[in-house]
Amino acid sequence: MQDIKSIIARHKALDGAFAVVGLLALMVGLVTLLALIIDLAMDGVPRLSWTFFASFPSRFPEQAGILAAWVGTTLVMIVTAATAVPLGVAAGIYLEEYAPRNWTTALIEINIANLAAVPSIVYGLMALGLFVYQFGLGQSILTAGLTLALLVLPMVIIATREAVRAIPSSIREAAYALGATKWQMVWSHVLPYSTGGILTGVIIALSRAIGESAPLITIGALSFIAFLPAAPVSAEAPFVSFQWLLDPFTVMPIQMFNWVSRPQEAFHVNAAAAGLVLLGMTLVMNGLAIWIRYRFRKRIKW
Amino acid sequence: MNLDNPTAPHTAPDAAQPGLKARVRDLNFHYGSTHALKNVNLDIAEKRVTALIGPSGCGKTTYLRCFNRMHDLYAGNRYQGEILLYPDAMNIIGPKVDPIEVRMRISMVFQKPNPFPKSIYENVAYGLRVRGVTRRSLIDEKVEQALQWAALWDEVKDRLHDLAFNLSGGQQQRLCIARALATDPEILLFDEPTSALDPIATARIEELVHGLKERVTIIIVTHNMQQAARVSDYTAFMYLGEVVEFGNTNTIFTNPSKKQTEDYITGRYG
Repeated sequence: MQDIKSIIARHKALDGAFAVVGLLALMVGLVTLLALIIDLAMDGVPRLSWTFFASFPSRFPEQAGILAAWVGTTLVMIVTAATAVPLGVAAGIYLEEYAPRNWTTALIEINIANLAAVPSIVYGLMALGLFVYQFGLGQSILTAGLTLALLVLPMVIIATREAVRAIPSSIREAAYALGATKWQMVWSHVLPYSTGGILTGVIIALSRAIGESAPLITIGALSFIAFLPAAPVSAEAPFVSFQWLLDPFTVMPIQMFNWVSRPQEAFHVNAAAAGLVLLGMTLVMNGLAIWIRYRFRKRIKW
Repeated sequence: MNLDNPTAPHTAPDAAQPGLKARVRDLNFHYGSTHALKNVNLDIAEKRVTALIGPSGCGKTTYLRCFNRMHDLYAGNRYQGEILLYPDAMNIIGPKVDPIEVRMRISMVFQKPNPFPKSIYENVAYGLRVRGVTRRSLIDEKVEQALQWAALWDEVKDRLHDLAFNLSGGQQQRLCIARALATDPEILLFDEPTSALDPIATARIEELVHGLKERVTIIIVTHNMQQAARVSDYTAFMYLGEVVEFGNTNTIFTNPSKKQTEDYITGRYG
C-alpha cells in the first residue's frame, strides 16, 4: 500500500512540475505581446485624434496623418476580398464536390497547401512582372488588391474545403435522392451550410492581407502621398467611377514603416498611433469572424 | 405484367393480384472488385410492401440503393442486368438512363433521419423546388398533404417555419418521409428507417408504412424480422449477395421452403 502511495505522489509531483513549466511557457508569449501592445498604446494613444485620421502625411510630424493610408488599406482590401472570395470559394467547392478523385486532383491539392506557405515577397515579385509590366495595370490599387488576393487565395480555398467537408454526406444523399442535380445540391445546401466556416476563413485571410507590406513595396506602393484616389461615386452621370482602381496608393503598414525609419522621435509616435489603428482594424475583423461563425453555427448542428 | 410468370425464378405469389411495379432481372453489382449482388431477381408488386431481410453484409442496402441509383454518386461502382420500372418498362440501371430522372420517380428514406438544417416547411418543399415548382399556393398545398400522409401535420402545423432540428428523432424521420412523399413518387425506398429510433417512434413509423401502401409501392430494408413480418406483404431473404428465398411474407415466416431461411428466421444466425 505504502508503495502505491509513494508512486502516485511521485507522478503527481511530475504533474505539478509540468503545470508550472506550461504556465511559464504561456506567460513568455503572452507577457511579451502584452508588453509590446501596452508600449505601443502608451506611445500612440495621446497622438490619436480626429486630425490624425483626416490628414495627409507631412514633413512636420505633428501635422502628419494617416488619411491616405487608411483609405488605401480599405480600398485595397475591397479589391482583395472581391477577387479572392469568389475565386477561392469556387475553387474550393470544385475541388470538394466536382473534381474526380485522381492524381491530378491530388497534385493540385498538395500545391495549394504549398502555395499558402510561399513568402509574400515572392508574390510581390510575380505581381510586379505580371500585373505591373505584362498587364500594364501600373502601381495601382488594382495591382495591390490582386497581389494580396493571390497571396490569400490558398487560405480561402483551404477554409472553403474544410467548411464544405464538415457537411455530412447524409445531407448530400438526401438532396440527391430528391432528384437534385449537383449544382442544385451545392447552391441550396453546400453553400448555405458552409457559409459560416467560409466567412471565418475569409476574414482570417483578410486579417493576414491587411498587415502585409513587403509585396506592396515590391509592386511600387508610394510611401508619401498627399492626395486621395478618385471618388468611386459622383454627383453627375455616370455616377459610378472605377478610376480609383488605377490610382497610386499607400497602406497602413507602409506608412508605419516610413515613419519608423525617420530619425525624429515624433514620427515614431505617429508610427505607434498608426500601429494601434491597424491593430484595431484587425481586431474588428476578427471579432466579425467570431460573430459570423456564432450566427451561422447556432442554426446548424449535425 | 403477370406475376405468375413461371420463367422468373423469384416470383411473388399472387395474393390479391397486384400489378407489377418493377422487375429485377439478373442484377449484378460490383463495388470495385467486390461482387456485392449476384444474379438477383425480384418482382416488386404495385402498392404493396416488399421487405428485404438478411444478416449484416448480405447486400440488402446495396440492393435497395440500386433502385434510385445512389451508387452513381461514388466512383468505382458497376451495375449489370436490368431493373425495369413499369408502366413504361424503363431500365433504371440502363447506362443511357439519367439517374436524376430515376430519383425523380423513386424516393428514399434513410437509416438515420437526415433533415436539412432548414425549416420544416422548406424540408418538405425541397423536392418541389428541385422540380422547378414556384407557385406558392401549390407548394403550400403539397407540403400540407405530405405532412398529413406522414402523420406529422397535427404536430407541426403551428410551427412550420421552425427548424427541423428542433423535432424529436421520430418526428424527424416522419419529416423525411413527408419530404420523400411530397413529390408523389412511384416507389418509396426505406433503408432501415427505424434503426435509430426508440420503440414508440418505431411503432409509429411501422404504422405509417403499413398505411402508405395505398398510395405508393414500398420497398423496405430491415434487420428486424418482426418488423418485416408486421409491415410487409412480400419478403425476400438475402444472404451473401443472393436472394435465397422470396415470397409471401406469411409463407416466408411460417413455412419457409429453404433451410437457410428457416435458420435465420428462427434466430440461429444473423
